[in-house]
Amino acid sequence: MEKPFAITLDVGSSLANKTGSWRTERAVYHDRLPPCNHGCPAGEDIQQWLYEAEEGGEGYERAWRKIMEDNPFPAIMGRVCYHPCETACNRGQLDEAVGINSVERFLGDEGIKQGWRVEPPDESSGKRVLVVGAGPSGLSAAYFLARLGHAVTIRDAGPMAGGMMRFGIPKYRLPRDVLDAEVARILDLGVDLELNSKVTDVLEPLAEDGFDAAFLAVGAQIGKRAYVPAGSAEHVLDAVSMLHDLETGEKPLLGRRVAVYGGGDTAMDAARTAKRLGAEEAVVVYRRTREAMPAHDIEVEEAEEEGVMMRWLSTIKKAEGGKLVLERMELDETGFPQPTGELDELESDALVLALGQECDLSLIEGVPDIEVEDGVVSVGPDLMTGHPGVFAGGDMVPAERSATVAIGHGKKAARNIDAWLRGERYEAPPEPELASFETLNPWYYSDAPRTHRPRLDVLRRQDTFDEVVQGYDESNALFEARRCMSCGNCFSCDNCYGVCPDNAVIKLGRPGELYEIDLDFCKGCGICVAECPSGAIRMEPEEI
Amino acid sequence: MLEQLEGSQAVARAVGMCRPEVIAAYPISPQTHIVEALSDMVRTSDIDPCEYMMVESEFAAMSACIGASAAGARAYTATASQGLLFMAEALYNASGLGLPIVMTLANRAIGAPINIWNDHSDSMSQRDSGWIQLFAETNQEAVDLHIQAFRLAEELSLPVMVCMDGFILTHAFEQVDLPSQDQVDDFLPSFKPRQMLDPAEPMTIGAMVGPEAFTEVKYLMHAKQLQALDAIPEIAADFTEGFGRESGGLVRSYRADDAETIVVALGSVLGTIEDVIDELREQGVKIGALAIKCFRPWPIDEVREALVDADRVIVIEKAFAVGAGGIVGQNVRLALSGCEPTVFDIVAGLGGRPITRKSLRSLFDEVFEGNIEPNRLHFLDLKKDVVEREIGRTENGRNPGPHAENILRDIGTVASDSH
Amino acid sequence: MAEQQIKGYQTGTFVVGNRLLDPEQRSTQARTERSNTLTSGHRACQGCGEALGARYTLDAAMRATDGKLVAANATGCLEVFSTPYPESSWQLPWIHSLFGNAPAVAAGVAAALKAKGREDVRVVGQAGDGGTVDIGFACLSGMFERNDDVLFVCYDNEGYMNTGVQRSGATPPAARTANTKPVGPEPGNVFGQGKNVPLIALAHEIPYVATATVAEPRDLEEKVERAMELRGARYIHVFVPCPLGWGSASEDTIRLARLVKETGIFPVFEAEKGEVTSVSKIRRHVPVTEYLKLQRRFAHLFKPELNTGVIERLQAGADRNIERFDLLADDEGAEFPGEATDQAGPPESEPGRPVEPDADSDVSSLLRETHGKPR
Repeated sequence: MEKPFAITLDVGSSLANKTGSWRTERAVYHDRLPPCNHGCPAGEDIQQWLYEAEEGGEGYERAWRKIMEDNPFPAIMGRVCYHPCETACNRGQLDEAVGINSVERFLGDEGIKQGWRVEPPDESSGKRVLVVGAGPSGLSAAYFLARLGHAVTIRDAGPMAGGMMRFGIPKYRLPRDVLDAEVARILDLGVDLELNSKVTDVLEPLAEDGFDAAFLAVGAQIGKRAYVPAGSAEHVLDAVSMLHDLETGEKPLLGRRVAVYGGGDTAMDAARTAKRLGAEEAVVVYRRTREAMPAHDIEVEEAEEEGVMMRWLSTIKKAEGGKLVLERMELDETGFPQPTGELDELESDALVLALGQECDLSLIEGVPDIEVEDGVVSVGPDLMTGHPGVFAGGDMVPAERSATVAIGHGKKAARNIDAWLRGERYEAPPEPELASFETLNPWYYSDAPRTHRPRLDVLRRQDTFDEVVQGYDESNALFEARRCMSCGNCFSCDNCYGVCPDNAVIKLGRPGELYEIDLDFCKGCGICVAECPSGAIRMEPEEI
Repeated sequence: MLEQLEGSQAVARAVGMCRPEVIAAYPISPQTHIVEALSDMVRTSDIDPCEYMMVESEFAAMSACIGASAAGARAYTATASQGLLFMAEALYNASGLGLPIVMTLANRAIGAPINIWNDHSDSMSQRDSGWIQLFAETNQEAVDLHIQAFRLAEELSLPVMVCMDGFILTHAFEQVDLPSQDQVDDFLPSFKPRQMLDPAEPMTIGAMVGPEAFTEVKYLMHAKQLQALDAIPEIAADFTEGFGRESGGLVRSYRADDAETIVVALGSVLGTIEDVIDELREQGVKIGALAIKCFRPWPIDEVREALVDADRVIVIEKAFAVGAGGIVGQNVRLALSGCEPTVFDIVAGLGGRPITRKSLRSLFDEVFEGNIEPNRLHFLDLKKDVVEREIGRTENGRNPGPHAENILRDIGTVASDSH
Repeated sequence: MAEQQIKGYQTGTFVVGNRLLDPEQRSTQARTERSNTLTSGHRACQGCGEALGARYTLDAAMRATDGKLVAANATGCLEVFSTPYPESSWQLPWIHSLFGNAPAVAAGVAAALKAKGREDVRVVGQAGDGGTVDIGFACLSGMFERNDDVLFVCYDNEGYMNTGVQRSGATPPAARTANTKPVGPEPGNVFGQGKNVPLIALAHEIPYVATATVAEPRDLEEKVERAMELRGARYIHVFVPCPLGWGSASEDTIRLARLVKETGIFPVFEAEKGEVTSVSKIRRHVPVTEYLKLQRRFAHLFKPELNTGVIERLQAGADRNIERFDLLADDEGAEFPGEATDQAGPPESEPGRPVEPDADSDVSSLLRETHGKPR
């Protein structure tokens, strides 16, 4: 149709008018660091694996594999990790933190159930690495080294692999079939495990057995013995030994009334184990208040549910005649406990000391260039000791002592060892800026209160070592995964694509490619940035 | 077929035979009988398919026609007087967009004071709206002009206003020869819009045009109107061929070949004027008439040709430009610029005042006797005593300037000693 | 198993798209094949709410009519910024006639289509608030009263922005405009009775009336889809913030549209044949100051000192809307954080909480839950 001049126009002809020239700022896609990832001692990319898990179905395996890039123990972590990720989770400021740990456990269990495996690389590096200690840190290092193509041998003094995951964490928190399955998966990568092989001098195997490097992760397995005056008839033992003995089949004789001295997670484990071993009374004696206890809340809470009693602000003066003499403490102005001189008695057939652990560092005593300070080994930022090629991690280096931290050390050590073996230095990628709550637009997240994991009935927790905390089924794992706000990272919500008044956001619609700003037309209004739920876009000034 | 019909009924029948697809109208006298009849015909499916829209104003009526026409439908409305003014904005829009809407204007005075009777103030007020304006002298011509108007509008893609004198024609019962539907169908092809709102071929109609192209758009509007000066006689000739009678065209001369005096007028008043001319001719006075059939576009060449040989031209018109003078007269003067004839501007028939043969006769006598000043506006049958009294009364309130004195002199009063 | 029941937990109905939804359930605006009925290159200001509202509305209407759509547009910003010769941003048959006649032009188009037997082609009329509530009001009412087959959409930015921000019949009380400046004893626009065209439309008892904001495109799209299911006169009033006229930041356009609803100032509802059928509940009730303080047109209420009297009157107006339209959620008191408003029920294994398996996994059920149930 011949159109009348000027008053009638062709449709869509304004595409010739490039309004991008109006812009003084441009929108730029920009990933920020989610606080969960930031808070994870094992360096998991939690937001990413939740993103995969949100899809359900085949997404679970992708999510599991994503975890396995940073942590070989999802099923274990999903049980024993104290999940600093959840403490950091931005969703906590909206309603409640995402149950990351629970989803991880679901994925870990799914991995075991489905028999998902990881494969070593086709080519081996030809290098051999010795790992001393089959605890979380050593196993983690072995796993990552194996995936990097190195030949790994683990030597452990004990009869079974797992370290404190086996000998420190009771079965009711970590069933042994789960532990065995995840350890086996590591060994399946071709890692040699030599049990009952105590390394007395680390230089010896390095020199004699042809190892190119070593990672030391012997842990802190010796219970601290505080001096408590006690008669010879008194039954005093330490918690680490008690839990270890239990694992190797020796049932400790504790009696009817058991007192546990200490305020950490091990104290809780000891008291709860004592209950399960038949103690009618298990009393935790701690010199400070509950608030000051190093034990995690969940441990204290579960212990109390099971009938464990607490004596706060109390020290043990002595043990005699089946009784403990306690002195009441009082907090001074600085919040520090001070003795009051007021005494009390507590009947007790056994006293379990849970006052912390120390390391057996005999294997490095002969190595002059390895420094030990405050009972732990000094390492550089690359986890290498003063001796070239000898790295250390886990509880035996200065750090928070937890399985997750230890696993993180294993990964970090593996990367550094790998670089060192190639004569390089491992450079960690720069950390993006943190995705704080303020960078989000929480409006877009619908209200969805957290799903809590059910716990075993208290009655069944009196005398069995059955797992206390139950797992998610698929529906609530999916529910929980989808509560993730994807802080700082695009999750393909199409908001930017929808809210641009200038249609200047291109939805690429190709796998792995999400959106692109059409700079021909972007006027720089900033709506996409303001309305991005996850804060994954920012404005940058145009260079004029 | 000859029928004795009210003018409005005849026009409605003719419009119906033009197969309008959308009619949108609002009641206003004296146009109401036309659209009432059309609404009946739509209800009885005598016009089918057709949507009759009972809109809430003339503004909406024209707007609905704009929408309908842009959507490719043959659209029609009718109005008068205030109604035309109320749709004024839309009139310009319809012509600017080049939409071939046909509208009947039942000519009526414009208030205040409110007056329902006939004059041409309404159509003259919209003479520059970009619409073609055709004037019917009789109801037969009104019927014929509507049929021609649709064809003209659609050929040129321009809106056409068919003007017929309110009451004098609309309400007069006369014998009218109504064509058959087949005759109309043969004459008027179905509407093929020049531009159209169609999802199959989307376009943007009604863009905003700035200084860079506005002049050209307006030039093209002007050029298209001038094309109508060719199209109108052609269509009128076609009409004569198909219907066997003459109707429409640009101008029509009456006994003007040797006329020394030619009377120029529009619409039904020409009948009375021709009667007076016949009387004068019998007395040997060389007088004739020129009927303006098409006022917009202004047939400047045809008017000059028709008038150039006369000594004097008397323009009798039913409207005037307040504070300026005659409207048709000014257009006639433009056509005659540089030519001989003297032009007399006569305003007559305002607000329904009858234009009688007697008044015309005495007017012409006055002109012949040199008692009427050329180039000044003369009001036929003005009640001088009334206006004298009023002007005299109001001038006491303020110092009268020379213009007030001139007005009084115009109406024959010696004003010099009145204060 | 439960997988199909749990949809978009993370985002609910509030983002434009959602990769977790079936493609069919995603919004029009999430589609790469959306019409972009108002395409790029238009000359609207940065952050223009009206451009957004028009695209949301017309893209949804295009989808609902399979592209058989004609639009009649009133004079105003939308017309001016989209069609300056020689460029048009429209991608549908579109006509601009005058400021005050868009409803009549649209009605004329509809009449023509009916006469031509092309009722498969649908008609939208659209205007800003000036073209709707003021100069076009008579034509609008006539179109309603005759029940012409037109969906008329008002993009309400509360003033004459195209002519330099003057007051319209939709300008809120106390707002500063070019002819209601904050000078004299009663700064800003007067407190009149207001002209609530959605309610006036309701009083015409036309087949469909709805209000919406550009903050909730899915809601708007649902309403357009519903409107296109019906014949006769239909009206949707879309709240579209204007950064230029309101003195707000360009990136706050959607935020303002969200807040106007969350304060209760602008009730979001839909009605059929004169009866309100559903109301969008307020999710996070906030005081009107949260909305006002983002706009320089209300700055005189905060500086040099807080004008508590006027703010209280504005709050009272919002409160009246809340009461009148029952805008608060049933569990009100459940402010931040609130109850789950999505479809997935709480996990089945958790004792003491009822499981609400919802087999109906349609987006409409999501919307019903978040936007209230039909009365």
